[in-house]
Amino acid sequence: MRDTAISFTRVGRSFGSIDAVQDLDLDIQPGSVAVLLGPNGAGKTTTVRLATGALQADAGTIKILGMDPRIDGNEIRRISGVVPPKAAFYDRLTGLENLQFAAKLWELGPTAPIESAAERFDIGHALDQEVGGYSTGMRTRLALARAILHDPTILLLDEPTAGLDPESARAVLDLIRDMAGKGRTIVMCTHLLHEAEGIADQVVLMNEGHAWVAGHPDHLAEQYWRDNRVHFDAEDRTDLSILSNLDGVVSATFNGHVTAELDNLDRLPDIVATLVAGGARLTRVEPIQPTLEALYFEMQRHRRGEKDEVRS
Amino acid sequence: MNWHRVWAVARTDLRQLAKSRDYWLPLGLLAALFFVVVPIVALNVVASAQSSQVVNQIGTVLETLPLTIQENIQGDTPEARAAFAIAVYLLAPIAVVVPLTIAAAVGSNTIVGERERGTGEFLAHSPITERELYAGKLLAALIPGYGATLIGFGVYSLLVNLIVGPRLGGWFFPTTGWWVLILWVVPPAIAIALSLIVRISARVQSAAAAQQAASLVSLPVIVIAYATASGLVYDPARTGLITGLIAWTIAYVGLASGSRSLRREILLGIGIKRPKRVSVPKR
Repeated sequence: MRDTAISFTRVGRSFGSIDAVQDLDLDIQPGSVAVLLGPNGAGKTTTVRLATGALQADAGTIKILGMDPRIDGNEIRRISGVVPPKAAFYDRLTGLENLQFAAKLWELGPTAPIESAAERFDIGHALDQEVGGYSTGMRTRLALARAILHDPTILLLDEPTAGLDPESARAVLDLIRDMAGKGRTIVMCTHLLHEAEGIADQVVLMNEGHAWVAGHPDHLAEQYWRDNRVHFDAEDRTDLSILSNLDGVVSATFNGHVTAELDNLDRLPDIVATLVAGGARLTRVEPIQPTLEALYFEMQRHRRGEKDEVRS
Repeated sequence: MNWHRVWAVARTDLRQLAKSRDYWLPLGLLAALFFVVVPIVALNVVASAQSSQVVNQIGTVLETLPLTIQENIQGDTPEARAAFAIAVYLLAPIAVVVPLTIAAAVGSNTIVGERERGTGEFLAHSPITERELYAGKLLAALIPGYGATLIGFGVYSLLVNLIVGPRLGGWFFPTTGWWVLILWVVPPAIAIALSLIVRISARVQSAAAAQQAASLVSLPVIVIAYATASGLVYDPARTGLITGLIAWTIAYVGLASGSRSLRREILLGIGIKRPKRVSVPKR
């Protein structure tokens, strides 16, 4: 029985002398949301193309729901929906004609849910217009409608929010949450870190064709996050003035609330107990959680450090 | 091969073509020029010339032809014989030039157009097979080319019968040679040209480059077809059938190898030769 939806094992693909993907290992569980993070040229788009068999790997093994894209490429593409970075359409045709074309390629028949897919992304009113007159946001919404027309088991989104207005970008993130709720496997490539915040079950940090780091954001935070700062607040802030004198507190800054840096977060219960014993009525005790962006740069810094150590 | 998908691709391309007036209008004018304007002018000049120098010159040319061919030329007067010769023999190559030109213009844009628009990425991720896509693109180029020929042929037949028919005692066109030409020889001739042009379209970087290359490739095909068309209407039973058979064989080989050469990666713009980057010397 398979336990991964998407599996890459030592996959390589080069274009001439450039290694777009090299020794790429990747395991994405069914029903999860994986976010591929990385700068331009990290190999994210190539990874998506390899997954559907649009590109063939030079080396390694790829399995999509147990199928090999080289052998079962058409079946994989039949159950996959892809939103490419550029929402491209036949501009002289209407939105409806473009969706009808997609429905025919996926053999959806006359009952293809074209109108409902368009309505879902608030593009139903423009279906009779030529796509050439659509705005960037409308094109992306149409691309989303096209990608889910056949209710794909695997949804691959490659920089889907690039250049979008906030409303359209939210439509993309809502789609991801909705599809994830239905148990679909989702892969999103992005270099916009805040997009992955709160939706990713797995973050894969890619660079130079490798998957550097992969894991659940919480686990990655545990592994890479070294921030021991805690926000404190109290009904009477003067009760917090003793903070900087307590054992384990490296420093404390007063700026509306108090931010204290501890030498170890394990000391926090003792510090709270001491404050309460001193009569402080605490309204806030909050260790600073890393944003994905901060975590990303921390992971990058960590990996570069490892590389430099290997070199020296 | 899923023919629903093949037809979906062809129909999508044809719909776009139909909505691109700036694209099909010149092609329509070309067909009208060859099938309507040129025949009307040529046939009227001869039909109204009355023993003029033109008729005499045509008569001299006809006398140099083999006796078997001369016997097939209908008409009791020199004007009627000259008009018959022009209608049946001299204008035959237009039946080849028009479809090949239109098919080349449409076909050259097929694959490279998908890449330039970015829709190649969508197709590459779709369940359509390379063979289905190739067949769809081929149909999309063949239908306007051959369609224009059939319509033009119908109009041309009407014109010939109306202008020349009264001098020959009634409607006489199309002759056997023209039927063979239109139904048996022209389709494979288009297919041969398209097998080369669609392959070029998959290999070049831009639609402009594809059109240039397509013109270059289709030119010899047009010249060969032109020469053959002139000859086979003299001897439709043997030359026409044999020519068609050879053309169908070449077309089959060309299409089979062409469909194998279209790879999914090409739709993504991978495997296309790009110009080398010019390095700017440091100051």
